Amino acid sequence: MAMSVFRFARRTWASADLEQIAPVPLPKMATPAVVLSSLVVVALLLFVSIGPLVWGQDPSQQWLSQISAGPSGPHSVRLIRDNGPWQPPVSEPPQSLVVHDANTEFVRLQWPQIEGVRRYRIYRASAHKAGLGLAIAETDKAYYQDQLQLSYQIYRYTIADADSGLLLLAREVRPEAAISLFEAQLQGLVPVGKSGRQAKWLEMPGHPLGTDALGRDILARLMAGGRTSLFVGVVAPLLYISFGCIFGAIAGLAGGWVDQVAMRFVDFVVALPFLLFMILFRVAFGIGPGENGIMPLIVAMLMLSWPGSARLIRGQVLALRGQAFVEAAKLAGVSTSRVILRHMLPNVLPMILVAFSFAIPQAIFTEAFLSFIGMGVSPPTTSWGALCNDGIKTLLSHPRQLLLPALFISVSVLAFNLLGDALRDATDRRAGVAKA
Amino acid sequence: MLKFIAKRLLSGAITIWFIATATFFAMHAVPGDPLTQEKAMSPAVRAQLEARYGLDKPLIEQYQLFLGNMLQGDFGISFTQENRKVNDIISKHFPISAILGLAAVLIALVGGVAAGTVAAYYRNRWPDRLVMIGVIAAISVPGFVIAGLAQLIIVAMNNAAGKTLLPVAGWGSVNHIWVPALVLGLGTMAYLSRIMRASMLEVLNADFNTAAKAKGVHGLRLFWHHQLRNAVLPVVTELGPTIAGVTTGGFVVELIFAIPGLGRYFVQAVQQLDYTVIMGTTVFYGAFLVLVVVLVDISYGLIDPRIRLHGGGGR
Repeated sequence: MAMSVFRFARRTWASADLEQIAPVPLPKMATPAVVLSSLVVVALLLFVSIGPLVWGQDPSQQWLSQISAGPSGPHSVRLIRDNGPWQPPVSEPPQSLVVHDANTEFVRLQWPQIEGVRRYRIYRASAHKAGLGLAIAETDKAYYQDQLQLSYQIYRYTIADADSGLLLLAREVRPEAAISLFEAQLQGLVPVGKSGRQAKWLEMPGHPLGTDALGRDILARLMAGGRTSLFVGVVAPLLYISFGCIFGAIAGLAGGWVDQVAMRFVDFVVALPFLLFMILFRVAFGIGPGENGIMPLIVAMLMLSWPGSARLIRGQVLALRGQAFVEAAKLAGVSTSRVILRHMLPNVLPMILVAFSFAIPQAIFTEAFLSFIGMGVSPPTTSWGALCNDGIKTLLSHPRQLLLPALFISVSVLAFNLLGDALRDATDRRAGVAKA
Repeated sequence: MLKFIAKRLLSGAITIWFIATATFFAMHAVPGDPLTQEKAMSPAVRAQLEARYGLDKPLIEQYQLFLGNMLQGDFGISFTQENRKVNDIISKHFPISAILGLAAVLIALVGGVAAGTVAAYYRNRWPDRLVMIGVIAAISVPGFVIAGLAQLIIVAMNNAAGKTLLPVAGWGSVNHIWVPALVLGLGTMAYLSRIMRASMLEVLNADFNTAAKAKGVHGLRLFWHHQLRNAVLPVVTELGPTIAGVTTGGFVVELIFAIPGLGRYFVQAVQQLDYTVIMGTTVFYGAFLVLVVVLVDISYGLIDPRIRLHGGGGR
């Protein structure tokens, strides 16, 4: 982890053969890989910026009847106003096991009184499983209302004699999707107060990617998580590369003892154990209630990740200082600031860009890693890494919950890496010569 | 040679001192302390515990005490694990991390060198493409995802076979090592094969390679003595930080595969602000890292006789 952050510092840069710039043609940038990864990056940015507006579901909204549900389209559900205690209508007793009403809020069963049975025991099982399933209740009446965590699947109910254990009646029931008035109001699907004339049916949005272990829409969470991941992935490198460049440039330009002291300091920061200090900084800056933990994360990355670019830029500045054209500019009486801005900066800028483009995937990785071990953003704020952390808990039963955020991390890291490669090839003139 | 080693070790000692000092003060700057727990503690009990662990002394005195003890190799007792010496925790759990890490490095080294060599030999043909695609995939997928996938595959395999071919998690037998080590080494393998490919390409185009071929050297001897030995040098340079990184950085893999390595205790200690364990593991890791880098520098000289280890040599 710690090593990889500074990996780019050890890449061999073509030492600036700057006199040769003009005659060497730049390698072609627009390879298929570059075009594709640019498109991927744009798509990802659209996904996290426009996506939530288009999709419009709240990523923290729980759908308790749909925990870890598979993908589903939009569907209409019945609005249940009254799910209180129930008694069957007083009329002819039924001939067999009768279902009065079945939806995911309640299943109402009635059966004929059977001679000699004092108490009935009701079993419920998923229809595709063998056996009686769960004994959900015992009653001395010949009817029962089941309200125990019903979900959208086929159930098999079995009525047995509680004393002798003799099985009496059985029946398969498919409850229809329903939502109680209370929950619908809680979710803002039905305005509170006007309980008089709502429709009997509600249009519910679907979950194209299913829901997570708390019944939240995965697609909406991926969009919200992507915002955090990409934000940290771009802003943190922007800050620490800028800081590193300024630090390295000052060291390189000043030279002498300033340079020596500055570089020893860089050595020490590099030697700090990355993970430990990352976590220490995170704990030290603290996350109060209601904070999302993104700022401490960025600050911690800024404080630990800048030395790589500082070394890189210092080396470049030192090399440039000895170059003939810089000497010539100085001799010609060009002011120091102009030498720096017009003669040196254009020569280090490509390198800064390349370092930046390689730092983005590294930062996305770092954020994902920290969130994965629970030291990243704090709930309810989420990120792709935090989603992976949630997903690994249900890995064996619902692999989708880990694989989807992992896919997004991998694809974005891959795209940024390919872009960085292309940018490096384009700026690395010696590589261009070798390939030509 | 001796002078070189002495010099490297000295600068390593200074680095460790710096890390220890920085960690010590950063750790104490964090609000709260290891005695702060959910359960409220009566002031008397707290005072007694503070006295026992020396937390009642001024910070600078605690620091002096810590440095003195550290020089004698004593890191004290853990705060959160009753009466366990930090040294015991390290000596019990580090070997597990080390075995896992070494297995991972071996897999990464062998796999990386082999893949890089194949890619260079078949440059721009399908074996090269295949290796490079694998490299990109291994670099782009986070380690914890690979670990999760590996577990899924093991479960599917065990289910298909109807018996336990490989354990899904845990520690204790040789079979517990393979999959976590492979997962841990995969990223490094990809990185090393990239370096190996570039360096092997350079060697294949080098004059001495052509000269050796012209002289009639061929087959294994050409590969072993002329190509591999030259091409593997950049890989060896990378090995030092890699060994240290893999041995100490296997925390996530240890977590997912439920392996009782030191990394888990380390992160746990940081989260609970267990001062003594944090300091012990940090200094230990630092010393380990310095040692490994020095060892790699020495082995570099052994592989490449052109490099004489002068005082300022090495990286």
